[in-house]
Amino acid sequence: MTEAAHSASAYIRIFWILLVLTIIEVAIVYMGLPKLLLAALLVIFAVWKAALVAMHFMHLKLEKKTLAVIALAPFVLCVFFILMLMPDIFPR
Amino acid sequence: MSEVAAAHAGVEPAETPLTPESWGKLGMWLFLAGDAMSFGCLIVGYGILRHASSKWPVPSQVLGINLTAFMTFLLIVSSVWMVLALTAIQENDKSRFNKFLGLTILGGAMFLGCQAYEWTHLLNHKLPELGISFSNSLFASTFFVLTGFHGMHVTGGVIYNSCVLAAVNRGRYQAKHVEIAGLYWHFVDLVWILIFTFVYLL
Repeated sequence: MTEAAHSASAYIRIFWILLVLTIIEVAIVYMGLPKLLLAALLVIFAVWKAALVAMHFMHLKLEKKTLAVIALAPFVLCVFFILMLMPDIFPR
Repeated sequence: MSEVAAAHAGVEPAETPLTPESWGKLGMWLFLAGDAMSFGCLIVGYGILRHASSKWPVPSQVLGINLTAFMTFLLIVSSVWMVLALTAIQENDKSRFNKFLGLTILGGAMFLGCQAYEWTHLLNHKLPELGISFSNSLFASTFFVLTGFHGMHVTGGVIYNSCVLAAVNRGRYQAKHVEIAGLYWHFVDLVWILIFTFVYLL
């Protein structure tokens, strides 16, 4: 079964993006930002990097939609998990 | 298996991965979805315990961020090597495949070596200095459970990739087996990206 394989340079480009994102992540930890802003930025970067790995290295972009549903389900369920536990995380 | 694939060759694939050629890939994705739940539960549990605690140590002061940043780089670059190994075997370039999968395995092994060093340093020096141990600190127990569970996955991945390397060279495995192994390895990288963010940086 033939697949549209990316060229090596496309993968290397994704690698450089991941590397830059990682460096930025580590740098902002030392910048003394307010906790909430730091948390938001780190979550955004982490999700961004995870999406890059999933889409390009795991070829999720090239797969049938059903597979994307299977792959995304854990993340949706974990967000649901966190929401359901909010009363324990932020008790009044 | 090849006869079934030939029978399906003339049929337009439906919007589903449920074709015999891709059962292996589907199976791996299903496993990874369940594994992601395991890690998800551990990470969410860690988040709740940490948020509920009034005296949680600041990770960047206890843990070696620089070493772990290098470990993150190791896994990311080994993921790149893995996908290059896949491209190589899809183009039937055996020697390039061997080189890149070998590098992937090496990257994983180096990650484990760094983690072993990190753990040893924490257990023998840094944590006792701060009076932190498993018995009195949720920081310690959640840290070691989370990174240990992940390290177990890396170990499994290194063994898995080594078996795939051997099997391809014996002619028993082909590109699709490498692709499936690649899915597992990228998943391990992905989880580490999340652990690195939530345990070390946040």
